[in-house]
Amino acid sequence: MDLILQPWPWYIGGPLIAISLLLYFYFGQNFGASTNFDTLCSMAGAGKFSDYFKKDWKERDFALMFVIGLIIGGFIAANYLIPNQNIDLNPTTVQELTDLGFSNVGNQYFPDEIFGEDVFSSLKGFLILIISGVLVGFGTRYAGGCTSGHAITGLSSLQLPSLLAVIGFFIGGIIATWFIIPILF
Amino acid sequence: MKNIKFLILGVFFAIVLSKTQAISWYRFYEMFKFQSFHMFGIIGGAVVISLVFMQLFKSGKIKDINGNKIVPKPKKKGFISTIFGGTLFGLGWAISGACAAPIFVILGFKLVPALILLVGALLGAFIYGLLSKKLPN
Repeated sequence: MDLILQPWPWYIGGPLIAISLLLYFYFGQNFGASTNFDTLCSMAGAGKFSDYFKKDWKERDFALMFVIGLIIGGFIAANYLIPNQNIDLNPTTVQELTDLGFSNVGNQYFPDEIFGEDVFSSLKGFLILIISGVLVGFGTRYAGGCTSGHAITGLSSLQLPSLLAVIGFFIGGIIATWFIIPILF
Repeated sequence: MKNIKFLILGVFFAIVLSKTQAISWYRFYEMFKFQSFHMFGIIGGAVVISLVFMQLFKSGKIKDINGNKIVPKPKKKGFISTIFGGTLFGLGWAISGACAAPIFVILGFKLVPALILLVGALLGAFIYGLLSKKLPN
């Protein structure tokens, strides 16, 4: 039980993610998560506004089950498998974020400065979440995939567009982390 | 009920992402600052092992549950769309610390903030759907 409750190292995580991909393909489907944003839009009736969403979402019922599984898994992990959310961060990271005004750096998975429960009382906090959500949703559909679809499936099947997409992910990520986060906080 | 296996796989994948801290905002900050090997190890390790699986799919040594050959779908091509779309995704990913699958996992941790992220992501996908024919590829 101790082994399960401890944080898992990267060399356990990489192989387990690869096994998830293997099982996804073994079950007859392509591994990826961002197409679900389209599927959920289709379900919500976005087909009335654009032909792009006129798809039969029932064909993707397997993916919706996966999404429900992700939520349940997150709930199980949060409540039963992670007794404390301490993260062994690089001391430089801790110092930098503390200097930016973040509190409790590395003592929880999600900083209160972004994931605090008062998101509806702080316009700035609300905008940060909603706009980054829009960027994730729009960007991933424009690029044709996300971390699972491009970075893991696409790179491992040696597809050139995925390499370009991953380069894009890092350009955006570096711009955000080095230049935008210090302005926001 | 044939899809229950995907539900179980979702639970498994969520637990893996949670236990390895691959859904933690701080881990992505650290990665984009090149201050830790952790996330590079996870993603790199997943890619290297998946590469071996892909070869086994290609040679037909691993077939799917129905005995069919496994062929990953070709990704859509387009220089501008992949680079520019990827960059926008990267901006949102680094600021929120959430990519597509983790948004759902985070719902289990931080329900209300993750719901706002999810609404944003659906709005983003919706905007893409409206504009898709007009955007450069």
